[in-house]
Amino acid sequence: MSLRARVALGAGRAAGWASRVTGRGAGTQVSGRVMLAIAPDLLEQVGSGRRCAIVSATNGKTTTTRLLAEALRSAGIPVTSNHTGANMPAGLAAALGRDPEPRVAVLEVDERWVPRVVDPLAAELLVLGNLTRDQLDRFGEVRSIAVRWREVCGSHPNLAVVANASDPHVVWSVEPATDVTWVALGAPWRSDAATCPRCAALLDWSADTFACRACGFAQPDAPYRLDGEVLVTPEGRIDLDLALPGAWNRMNAALALTAAIAHFGIDAERAAAGIRDLEMVSGRFSTRRLADGRDARVLLAKNPAGWTEVLRWLAPTDTSVVLAVNAHLADGRDPSWLFDVPYELLRGKPVAASGERALDVAVRLDYGDVSHVVERDPLRAANGLPGEVVVVASYTQFTHLTRGSW
Amino acid sequence: MTRESPVRIGLVYPDLLGTYGDRGNALVLVERCRRRGVEAEIVEVAAGEPLPDSLDVYLFGGGEDDAQVMAAAGMRASSAALDRARGGGAVVFAVCAGLQLLGTSYAAGDGDVLDGLGLVELETRAGEGRCIGEVVVEPDPSLRLRTLTGFENHGGRTRLGPGVGPLGRVTVGHGNGVPESDGATVDGVLADRLIGTYLHGPVLPRNPDLADLLLGWVLGTDALTPLGDTLVEELRAERLHEARLRGRRARRRDRRLTRG
Repeated sequence: MSLRARVALGAGRAAGWASRVTGRGAGTQVSGRVMLAIAPDLLEQVGSGRRCAIVSATNGKTTTTRLLAEALRSAGIPVTSNHTGANMPAGLAAALGRDPEPRVAVLEVDERWVPRVVDPLAAELLVLGNLTRDQLDRFGEVRSIAVRWREVCGSHPNLAVVANASDPHVVWSVEPATDVTWVALGAPWRSDAATCPRCAALLDWSADTFACRACGFAQPDAPYRLDGEVLVTPEGRIDLDLALPGAWNRMNAALALTAAIAHFGIDAERAAAGIRDLEMVSGRFSTRRLADGRDARVLLAKNPAGWTEVLRWLAPTDTSVVLAVNAHLADGRDPSWLFDVPYELLRGKPVAASGERALDVAVRLDYGDVSHVVERDPLRAANGLPGEVVVVASYTQFTHLTRGSW
Repeated sequence: MTRESPVRIGLVYPDLLGTYGDRGNALVLVERCRRRGVEAEIVEVAAGEPLPDSLDVYLFGGGEDDAQVMAAAGMRASSAALDRARGGGAVVFAVCAGLQLLGTSYAAGDGDVLDGLGLVELETRAGEGRCIGEVVVEPDPSLRLRTLTGFENHGGRTRLGPGVGPLGRVTVGHGNGVPESDGATVDGVLADRLIGTYLHGPVLPRNPDLADLLLGWVLGTDALTPLGDTLVEELRAERLHEARLRGRRARRRDRRLTRG
């Protein structure tokens, strides 16, 4: 490593420390920015000599990254990872610079940054989950990301890909790749995949898989497949039996296990055992102690697909629910999506509309006939609801509520 | 206000034109009927199906580029049905991409200029940069509506044909994004029982009197029973306050820029 790179790492760490002790943040972003300002080729340097796997998706990338890292560790492979969720170049440089030893890096990368980091990191594997609408005011539409992923796959013939066969945008992105392992995760959220990514005709979803009658674009046959609680592999069926809640985490686990098994050659049972007992990932599913001594569970929901999955999971339970929504840049400044999410699933539960945009949530609940109270402070709201409480939070509410538990 | 059949609120191609919570507009219309004891239902027209001529309200929402092209193709094939429905008094309410599709032509994502439905004379072309943020619109005085609040996110610039009037004048934000001859910025379009706008948020939950205007057209009355909209009023006050702060900041920034 060059002297300049070593200086950059030192200065970056100092800046990160300063950010943490002054309480401004986790320090990862600022530390990475300082590093890249001093040594712009730092990603090349900290990535070189390692096997780098990149994990990306609209939803589930942090959890999938952690699960893949754990599956590899369970096989005795030392792994470094950007476990705080800092997933742009600065965060990647900081994470890799902090941990120079391990020969394998499993890195969560923001969807939009994938094309910019594949070459500097000399990545050998892309793990791609799903593409749905997310913060339209900030990033534009699903299509533009699919186009960029497709360019990467087409221009890197040696890049292996493990990808979700059930997501039309992902499948179209991956089409030009030569080394692909498909895993069919199922498609609970189809609202962003009405038209064919190849020819723009209407997609036919009638067989529970997608097919375009106009151009023949269709769901590829997948050797790996999620079937309820089970990952079906070419060698047999693996019970997931996860401690993490919800259908969405089974999808994350199936994707991570497919990468561990098919690409890294880890024994399937061993890999599954390695992730089974994980209970919390970067604050997701962590708890906060309430004033009256109860614990409230905190979940992150970033976009309509994510919210819908969380609500489906909550619907059959008898928990109270706090909906904590902000609309800062990182949440998406336009909360129109509240009307794309089936909050009606919460009818009959004790519900609080909360966060800076509590009134937007309250009006949405009112038109959905969901009775609720309005309390902007989510912890006070949780304290006012009976029994077990789950707080479902948008991004900036979530980071605020879970600070210290990452 | 007595009707024999339920009010039929048509949600046109929600899988193509539903990117910005547009279902919310249908939900609000149905709920505001029910709360007044008027039966109402949402009728979803799935993409690929012809538009029926039997709906009371046709809601067209926003969509991504490819979806907009598909929706346009389906709608052109159904334009006779839509003409029949409008002849019978049906109401058209269109948001964002839906507004663009009502016009004579619009530019697709790849730059091609495509025919719209031609219900009103307006043209949309791509502009430089997207218009994103809170919008405030003072509606045409003939509508007797209060100030409209919404959120916009679009790259289109929409020019109204001669003699075609807008929904209102923009006081914060961009709306159609094309200055009129008097220098004012306007939003949307207003014609006989037809309203188009760039405002989502969605727009009807935030602006109950606009929702009631549409329902009044359907039900043939301008005296709908008021509903207890306390929450909505709080939300409106909050949004309008935020948007005006933003507007003032933007104007100060512009002044600084023009002074150089």
